[in-house]
Amino acid sequence: MHRTGELYGHFQTMEQQKESATLGMWIFLSTEILFFGGMFLTYTINRHTYADVFAFSSRTIDLTWGATNTIVLIGSSLTMAMAVWSAQVGKKALVSLFLILTLVLGSVFLFIKGIEYHAKYVEHHIPGLNFDMYYCTSNPEACELSSGDLQKVKKELQEAEDKSGSKVAVNAHAQLFFSLYFGMTGLHALHMIVGAGLLIWLIKESFRGRFTPAYNTPVENIGLYWHFVDIVWIFLFPLLYLIDRH
Amino acid sequence: MSEHIVSPKLYFVIFLCLMVLTITTVYAAKVDLNDIIKGVPLNIVVALTIAVCKAVLVILFFMHAKYSPKRTQLIIIAGVFWLAIMLSMTLADYGSRAWDVH
Repeated sequence: MHRTGELYGHFQTMEQQKESATLGMWIFLSTEILFFGGMFLTYTINRHTYADVFAFSSRTIDLTWGATNTIVLIGSSLTMAMAVWSAQVGKKALVSLFLILTLVLGSVFLFIKGIEYHAKYVEHHIPGLNFDMYYCTSNPEACELSSGDLQKVKKELQEAEDKSGSKVAVNAHAQLFFSLYFGMTGLHALHMIVGAGLLIWLIKESFRGRFTPAYNTPVENIGLYWHFVDIVWIFLFPLLYLIDRH
Repeated sequence: MSEHIVSPKLYFVIFLCLMVLTITTVYAAKVDLNDIIKGVPLNIVVALTIAVCKAVLVILFFMHAKYSPKRTQLIIIAGVFWLAIMLSMTLADYGSRAWDVH
């Protein structure tokens, strides 16, 4: 009954059945708003308290990769919406195509995230793992710092040290930024991976011709989840990458 | 099925709007706006306003909230409202501490 999209006993119409499923997904997304919201709140408080350190820490993450990822993810939301449309108008081949495109774009996003995390590893910016904001000033070639940037970074670190009192304090506050960076983007990436798994299932089912104008609820609801994860990134990007780029 | 089918053309227009807003937020971040209005950190205000606009576009059109029943729209607003309580109350707590670091 469930697998063929027929009416369950306790619903009166298919429309009501579909709306119930969609409402259930939205209620789950409301809990997700608060789940990510907690980390955004922590971020807000710490950014206000350690504004300067957060600013120059933000400048060490690559803006180009971040912006690219934003475009990739919004693109994947477009392809996901198109997958739902394809099911609604009965174009079954297009459903599979758009779901596959969504998965590809999501994978590109995760791959780029891997590149960014690797850069943080090289620069000794991973909290708890030989973290040291001063590593790049002593090893500018390893961090790919030009001589102009090196001078700027040295000056910023010195200003932060004067304000907070010691190198240890600067490192502690910078670790806060990077803990939040990895915590928030990591939680987001985890949601992307779950989304990718759901997409793989959807693609498999779409090959069996399961999604039609009469029944496309899984596509719609997994689409809602995917769009939500996109919205989280839409907020993560300016808050983590665009703190003080002028 | 009485569901409203959103046209691919509208999806593409929304996508283009989202692209324009993304490019705008990147370039706005590169300009120092903080001295334009005294006492107002305009850069973050602009960045968050653009982010909210992008989220609203995604929610209304990609997530079909505009075409959803009122009870669904209520749940969406409730979620945002609870987030607003968490943010405003906690920040008010920190903001009204006379003894804290900042």
